[in-house]
Amino acid sequence: MAAGVGTAAPKGHIGRAMKRKEDPRLIQGLGRYVEDIALPGMVYAGIVRSPHAHAKIRSIDTSKAQTAPGVVAVLTGEDIRGAIAPVPCAIQMPDLKMALRPVLATDRVRCVGEGVAVVVGSDKYAVRDALDLIEVDYAPLPAVVDPEKAISKGASVIHSQHKDNVAYKWELEGGDLKKAFAQADKVIRQRMINQRLIPVPMETRGVVAEYRAGEKKLTVWSATQIPHLLRTQLAAMLGAPEHSVQVIAPEVGGGFGSKLNVYAEEALVAHLAMRLAKPVKWIESRRENFQATIHGRDQIVDAEVAVKNDGTLLGLRCRVIADLGAYFQLLTPLVPTLTGLMIAGCYKIPAVRVEITGVFTNKMATDAYRGAGRPEATYIIERVLDLVAAELKKDPAEVRRKNFPKPKEFPYAAPTGLVYDSADYQTSLDTALKLANYPKLRQEQDRLRKKGRYMGIGLSTYVEVCGMGPSSAMPAGGWESGTVRVEPTGKVTVLTGSSPHGQGQETTFAQIAAEMLGLDPEDVNVLHGDTTAVPYGIGTFGSRATAVGGTAMYLSLVKVRDKLSQMAGHILAEDPKKMVFEGGKVYSKSAPKKSLDFAAVVGAAYTAKTLPAGMEPGVEATTFFEPSNFVFPFGAHICVVEVDAETGDVRLQKYVAVDDCGNVINPLLVDGQIHGGIVQSVGQAMFEEAVYDEQGQLITGELMDYAIPRAADLPRIQTARTVTPSPVNPMGVKGVGEAGTIGSTPAIVNAVVDALAPFGVRHVDMPVKRERIWRLIRQAREGR
Amino acid sequence: MDIQLRVNGKPQHSAVEPRLLLVHYLRDVLGLTGTHVGCETSICGACTVLMDGRAVKSCTVLAVQSDGADVTTIEGLAWAPEAGGALHPVQEGFWEKHGLQCGFCTPGMILSAVNLLQNNPEPTEAQIRQGIGGNLCRCTGYQHIVDAVQFAAKKMRPKAKSRK
Repeated sequence: MAAGVGTAAPKGHIGRAMKRKEDPRLIQGLGRYVEDIALPGMVYAGIVRSPHAHAKIRSIDTSKAQTAPGVVAVLTGEDIRGAIAPVPCAIQMPDLKMALRPVLATDRVRCVGEGVAVVVGSDKYAVRDALDLIEVDYAPLPAVVDPEKAISKGASVIHSQHKDNVAYKWELEGGDLKKAFAQADKVIRQRMINQRLIPVPMETRGVVAEYRAGEKKLTVWSATQIPHLLRTQLAAMLGAPEHSVQVIAPEVGGGFGSKLNVYAEEALVAHLAMRLAKPVKWIESRRENFQATIHGRDQIVDAEVAVKNDGTLLGLRCRVIADLGAYFQLLTPLVPTLTGLMIAGCYKIPAVRVEITGVFTNKMATDAYRGAGRPEATYIIERVLDLVAAELKKDPAEVRRKNFPKPKEFPYAAPTGLVYDSADYQTSLDTALKLANYPKLRQEQDRLRKKGRYMGIGLSTYVEVCGMGPSSAMPAGGWESGTVRVEPTGKVTVLTGSSPHGQGQETTFAQIAAEMLGLDPEDVNVLHGDTTAVPYGIGTFGSRATAVGGTAMYLSLVKVRDKLSQMAGHILAEDPKKMVFEGGKVYSKSAPKKSLDFAAVVGAAYTAKTLPAGMEPGVEATTFFEPSNFVFPFGAHICVVEVDAETGDVRLQKYVAVDDCGNVINPLLVDGQIHGGIVQSVGQAMFEEAVYDEQGQLITGELMDYAIPRAADLPRIQTARTVTPSPVNPMGVKGVGEAGTIGSTPAIVNAVVDALAPFGVRHVDMPVKRERIWRLIRQAREGR
Repeated sequence: MDIQLRVNGKPQHSAVEPRLLLVHYLRDVLGLTGTHVGCETSICGACTVLMDGRAVKSCTVLAVQSDGADVTTIEGLAWAPEAGGALHPVQEGFWEKHGLQCGFCTPGMILSAVNLLQNNPEPTEAQIRQGIGGNLCRCTGYQHIVDAVQFAAKKMRPKAKSRK
């Protein structure tokens, strides 16, 4: 626990695998999620959603529902016309065609699940009954589902104000691509698909809103990752003064980016609370969550790589078609551009060119889902490296090694324009190869192949961009706030703009504060998620909480410690610069026996009887930290699979993950993030696929039809770390929330392709389902 | 319809609509909000409770089906909740081994694990992974959950007989 007095530097809490402070309430069922909030007189809302992907609304008959038992109100899009602005998109790009989702549709619906009416009732069963009594007369229109067809001639145009379904074109070019391809010994081409995914946090979305007319105060509880940004956007959507709006993100049951957004229902429920003068609750059903919460990925890429025969990469060109869905959500158009920015991965590629076409289709919007554009980039470049290795008959590890920038080349300016902060790619790969016993795995693979068994080994060496990010690159600013308030009794309250939803900031931030002030983490309480209590913040996403939010708090801790050093120096008549904070005491290095209780020093600053000249009373500091750059975690993953050639079944046999997220605050929580990230990626690689049929019906519309990984699908993951501190922030931390998801899909697919190499297979698209693998093997066998 | 049952050891007597789901009875009538609704289709297991000692998914059980039953929710699992802090070994395992992140699946996951350990006090890792197959977690990747159940199994072994 806390280091004793007399130890040189307090190294007790940072880096310690501390149990989480959040957990006692959560393991006893005492967490308070949105659905757990009950207010006196509360009514329930339910939404009538379009069963059509594309249709004109001829009429809506709400009369039967209006008079149904328990119904308080029924409203359509017409009833709220002008009262609520459309769902916002924060992204601005040259020539971007906007397509904003109305809170409720009025004349036309453009995807399954779009809201057309809302029912409010005194009990949720009554609401459910009344939803069925609303009759909407639709005139179906042709649905545009395939993004390539959507931009071909003659496709029906989804938004009539635009001439076609192209939302934007975005290009990035670095280096001399023409020269690269002219110099190439070989050019390798491959089409790859990052299929559409559904985030599936275990808690669906939910909103409770209460309007207190006397105070003119609107309080909105929402399962959101961004309470402050949501408040600003809600104020704008509702035309309400922002200081009268309070947003609270209570316990949030996972987000993975899907709650990094502003949704129609958040504004609608708030509007209803004001309009009906009653607290209103809306809880999304799982089916609604599939239809009406953002989706992820959905990119088709045609990649071409120019290489020399020795494996040196010369140039990479990618044409990406990104399916954006029918309407933009908060960040929809931005996400594919992150794929462009990270397309070169951790390799020195002198020339790159990425052309992205963002496309409207009659589907739910895609937006930031764990990794947001970077898993797609990593998948592309890591598959490309394996294609190169296969083509040149070289070991995939060797080709990677050949193209890494060396540690002394950092900060490394990539051809995409990003400057990678710090890395040692070679060491992380070597660590993973050693941990997996790579040469032995290759021997085992040979041995099994001779027996007609198909084992595959897949590598992925990834780098990602996170710690989002400098404000210049972020639509709503990329800084974060952190307030440290030492209470008069010496207990510490930390207020952070990072609003966690499972990441454990209540623990990691308490560890940092305890370390800095020589206290126990139990003495520190981390508050978040309430816009009235916490200074404005940006939120938790893009693996930014520790690197940006943690740094803001760290800088406030420095300010508070400096002040308390002054105070203690004043009382002890010692040099403030020599103060040590340890074990709940403050003392001077020069006179360690003459110590003060931490609480006594704090108390003196509050009672303010004998303050040093010029010092203000109180002990509180706030920092708005603006990072100078992103941070760039990296690592090496190795996956071993066995494919059953008769059934096409893929079994994960072994998974080794070596990750480098800079300095680590809590290794237990880092492992948890890595495990979870990898398994989410196992989902993409092996099972998950959001399928819309030709009419735009979401076929995988429930957990019955959309398989996320279960415990028995997985082997035990072996984790290890290398530590390359980031120079971008004083704690030398990077991010880890998305790294596992970013690094691992290509490791799995590379392993499957490696297993199928004897059949001449060079690529397989995700998910690597039995049927797909079985067909590939069958085609190969029949072809012989 | 009138139902009588015991929930976390306390007798309950309620008049409920025939279609009321057990999970809504527990959450909305009794205010026991530790039991969560994740999918309404008995896939995810967030709503798992123990009914007469067996794990059931309370989103697809009618409240009337629990008439006469003994129901344990996460709130009633601790060995001595009144004493404050005497966690069940499975709860302790989840805390020790970081078996949860967002915590939404956790109550159901813990009760499934309790059920598993009642039936098989010394499960192998594969048996644990199979045993929690009816519960989905999107955060942890399950590995720390497996560790948590192993921790609990070890801790409960000498006491396994004394628990009901």
